[in-house]
Amino acid sequence: MREFAAILGRDLRVAVRQGSATVLVVVFFVITVTLFPLGVGPELNILARIAPGVIWVAALLAALLSLDRLFQADLEDGSLEQMALAGPPLEIAVLAKVAAHWLTTGVPLILAAPVLAVLLNMDGRGFLVLVAAMALGTPVLSLIGAIGAALTVNIRRGGVLLSLLVLPLYVPVLIFGVGAIDAAVFGLGGQANLLLLGALLLAAVTLCPLASAAALRLALE
Amino acid sequence: MHRFANPTRFMRLSARILPWAAGLALVLTLAGLVWGLGYAPPDYQQGDTVRIMFVHVPAAWMAMFSYTFMAVASATALIWKHPLADFSAKAAAPIGACFTFIALVTGSLWGQPMWGTWWVWDARLTSVLVLFFLYLGYMALWQAIEDPQKASRAAAILALVGFVNVPIIKFSVDWWYTLHQPASVLRLDGPAIHPSILWPLLVMALAFKAYFVTVLLVRIRSEINLRKIRAMQQARIAEEVGFAAPPAAEITGRT
Repeated sequence: MREFAAILGRDLRVAVRQGSATVLVVVFFVITVTLFPLGVGPELNILARIAPGVIWVAALLAALLSLDRLFQADLEDGSLEQMALAGPPLEIAVLAKVAAHWLTTGVPLILAAPVLAVLLNMDGRGFLVLVAAMALGTPVLSLIGAIGAALTVNIRRGGVLLSLLVLPLYVPVLIFGVGAIDAAVFGLGGQANLLLLGALLLAAVTLCPLASAAALRLALE
Repeated sequence: MHRFANPTRFMRLSARILPWAAGLALVLTLAGLVWGLGYAPPDYQQGDTVRIMFVHVPAAWMAMFSYTFMAVASATALIWKHPLADFSAKAAAPIGACFTFIALVTGSLWGQPMWGTWWVWDARLTSVLVLFFLYLGYMALWQAIEDPQKASRAAAILALVGFVNVPIIKFSVDWWYTLHQPASVLRLDGPAIHPSILWPLLVMALAFKAYFVTVLLVRIRSEINLRKIRAMQQARIAEEVGFAAPPAAEITGRT
């Protein structure tokens, strides 16, 4: 637990002092969503209908954007090797790094999402569920993304490959995330989909660090 | 199982199986196609378009089978460091991707007369499409890592992650929306297909499986030969370099 806190604290400090990707990710998120009314047309009822999907797809892409540097910087300066050699299992380090990634990219997306929902004229009943679904779903995006980041850590220009590996695995999060908001907007309550998102989160927290750590050990050999 | 880990023994055994598997695939494909396209009765509703099924359904089955095979082979390679399992997983990926592609294309061709459109965002089509992307990602990862040892283990991890995800994707897409007809062969109360159509379908399924075995063996054999050539080349380079400059171990040994 102490190691977890230490790595998390370090990554957050690095993020704050480097003026990290956080701002870029949020700006990317906002711009991507802004493109949709320009592409689809400004009819408010159409925008309201597609708002949950647009916000979620933009969030998936924004989460993907900062993933390729998740382990790369640490591999380059050798700190990843130190983490692997240190006493606590590498899985703890992976989990801490994923938590830091989520805090610096996932949480800002959750905060930005309701504002974008207003711009897209989304039904008022969906707002609470939108925030809840994003809160459950974005950590899953970081966790699954970490596997892809770990597998491509040694590959130059691995970013494109990373998206090919990770995006198909994001499909369930997208479906349940949009499903929850749609259900709430139609007055059915998004509970069932939120519970499924929670189940995905639990499964991802337990399984993804194992796969990421296995891939990182391979990269360190 | 470790008996077959020896590549030389595998080469001998596979050389003997290969012509039989290839012959079986050829005979069964011809028989299945003639039976299915020529003699099986047309459907009372769909007419002759139902014959697309004799290619479409076995291809879809093989798409799932190949991924399962790949995942099992990957797990075997990771856990027991079985060298042939490693080659089999790599060899199965392009075959599975081809079957998935055939299932998608024939499904699209079938959808045009039946549903009036080339593509619908129906649950099954979508999940097969995602499966196709998983195959592509797996093969792209193999390509991207130069060292074959590392590539095989990274790809194995990816195959297992994908395998855990396939059912989740499948169910999520199922709940999302569905238009495709539900499973009609593998059901608890017996198949819902008339025997006159079911039999040629099963023949075709066997033909596809024999084809899978044939191509798999060929691919594994060529992979083994490739590694042999690589090892020989490396040995020769080491020999040539050895004359110019002694290897590092020798220098440190003297000092």
